[in-house]
Amino acid sequence: MKFTKYLGLRLLTWALTIWIGVTFIFFVPRMFPSDPVETMIGQIQARAGQMDPLQMEMLRRSLRVQFGLEGSLLEQYLSFLWKGLLQWDFGPSLMSYPTPVGDIIRTYLPYTLILTMTSTILAWLVGNFIGLQAGFRKDRRSSKIMEGIAICIYPIPYFIVALILQIVFAYILGWFPLQSTIYTFGGFGPFIRSLIRASILPALSLLLVSTGWWIISMKSLSSTVAEEDFVLFARYRGIPSGKIGRSYVMRNSIITQITALAMSLGGAFNGSIMTEIIFGYPGVGGLIQKAVLRSDYNMILGCITISIVAISTATLIVDLIYPLIDPRIRYS
Amino acid sequence: MRKFWRNANFRLKAGIIITAFFLLLGFVVYYIPHVDPFTYNTYRGKLPPSWEHPLGTTSMGQDVFWLLIEAIHNSLLIGLIVATIGTVVGVFVGLLSGFSGGVVDRVLMVVTDTFVVVPSLPILVLMTSLMKGSTTILVMALVLAVFAWAWPSRQIRSLALSLKERDFIHTAWFSGEGTMEVVVTEILPYALTWSLSNFMNATLAAIASESSLAVLGLSPANLISLGNMIQWARERNAIFAQQWFWIGPPIVATVLLFIGLFLLITGYNDYLSMKRGR
Repeated sequence: MKFTKYLGLRLLTWALTIWIGVTFIFFVPRMFPSDPVETMIGQIQARAGQMDPLQMEMLRRSLRVQFGLEGSLLEQYLSFLWKGLLQWDFGPSLMSYPTPVGDIIRTYLPYTLILTMTSTILAWLVGNFIGLQAGFRKDRRSSKIMEGIAICIYPIPYFIVALILQIVFAYILGWFPLQSTIYTFGGFGPFIRSLIRASILPALSLLLVSTGWWIISMKSLSSTVAEEDFVLFARYRGIPSGKIGRSYVMRNSIITQITALAMSLGGAFNGSIMTEIIFGYPGVGGLIQKAVLRSDYNMILGCITISIVAISTATLIVDLIYPLIDPRIRYS
Repeated sequence: MRKFWRNANFRLKAGIIITAFFLLLGFVVYYIPHVDPFTYNTYRGKLPPSWEHPLGTTSMGQDVFWLLIEAIHNSLLIGLIVATIGTVVGVFVGLLSGFSGGVVDRVLMVVTDTFVVVPSLPILVLMTSLMKGSTTILVMALVLAVFAWAWPSRQIRSLALSLKERDFIHTAWFSGEGTMEVVVTEILPYALTWSLSNFMNATLAAIASESSLAVLGLSPANLISLGNMIQWARERNAIFAQQWFWIGPPIVATVLLFIGLFLLITGYNDYLSMKRGR
């Protein structure tokens, strides 16, 4: 009974988050003085020379329709919510006209999802494992060394780590290509092999940064739990130290880390965008960069809307795992 | 002061030293008269490091050392402006939400959570791409501040909720102080100690966001920031030409600055919790 209430409340928050985010990105561009249609027309004129006024007017009108700038503000808003959010229809992409934005994103999104999910989950597992060891046995030298390394890597922005890895491993050592290429043709084998080869450096740079964070936070959490009375009592009862680590310290500190995982997904996505751009990895990040260079606003809006939905949903899923692990939440 | 230094832990000390070094570079060395590093062809291009040019010159004949100093100055400035706005708004929203409760609290929390969860970078990309190239430091800072208030506000709200039930607040309450008075005289001092670590965190996040946007080519083209400096070097193939003294310094500076700020934050938090007697 309580769980259904929790679920309902959580679903409501999920819907509200997406709605607020999407509303925000709908109104923000309309507050800026620059008009994408006029920018486009300027670009077209620069390429094609002067056009006659009638043609210009037709062009302007058709561009307004394609940008979803037709009608009153309320109509625009409702059609943006209806088409964009519910049907994933963001109009045609302007850089690869007339392919719909939705189709292009659908081909790029899986690459980003694979990269982000794998590295986030791996970083969470590895980081929490090391952090637990470091916090539970905090007087060991190895614990201090691991924490020291984590502190020196975590605060560095993702793209700097990516850049350093690129310079060292791709440029100086030459173990990997400078820019990733993935063979979508030539069968399944070459595809997987090129995908793995292209993903190693991006994934490694994401892993390094986020593992650092989980080590730091898990260490401070578990070292606090390790000093609590029930752990002390368990020690006096002569329970083996490994079991104390697993069933006493870990179980109590992992719960906080699950909430933290949910909160960190947005940041992980930001990181993966930057990493993709540095390595030329064919994901949503690379797509956003291309769209920015070509002023493809439909594409930018599409990518943002989909990433808001994706991140909120991932956060929701992590939050729903939470009550399965912490039995207390069902009754509180 | 001396007592503070003796009680400070290693991380706090290291953090203070590194951060002070960067503040010195960005706000003192910066004012030593020098040639405008932005102008092309002031010197011969691609010079190796020497006494006149401690870090050599770029392919466009700019002095890398002064470029770096200017970049540190601007990046710090952006970080500080964003952190100030974010902290002030965050403290205000957090206190309002924590103390008013009910519908106001719920609405504010949903909005705050949205801004915490939603990926900030794509939205910043949208905003900056609409004003491509035509921004100033201040506008850039305002845009970055859109995402800087949410996290502090969450933290301050939970602080406010726990403070609300403490005895001294009840005492103030019963002695006839108004809500505003209680918040200003009793809560704000607490909130400020807390906000300091949020403030440093926001500075760090803002500098990181600005440099990320710079790599996308979305930071103002005439703004010398750490991110832009890296991006310019990348664009001009400094990696292929092995001009390590050009692309290296901004990378090293960014890494050091971030580690310094982070040590400052964690050191400060440890220091506070030690003072509280834990």
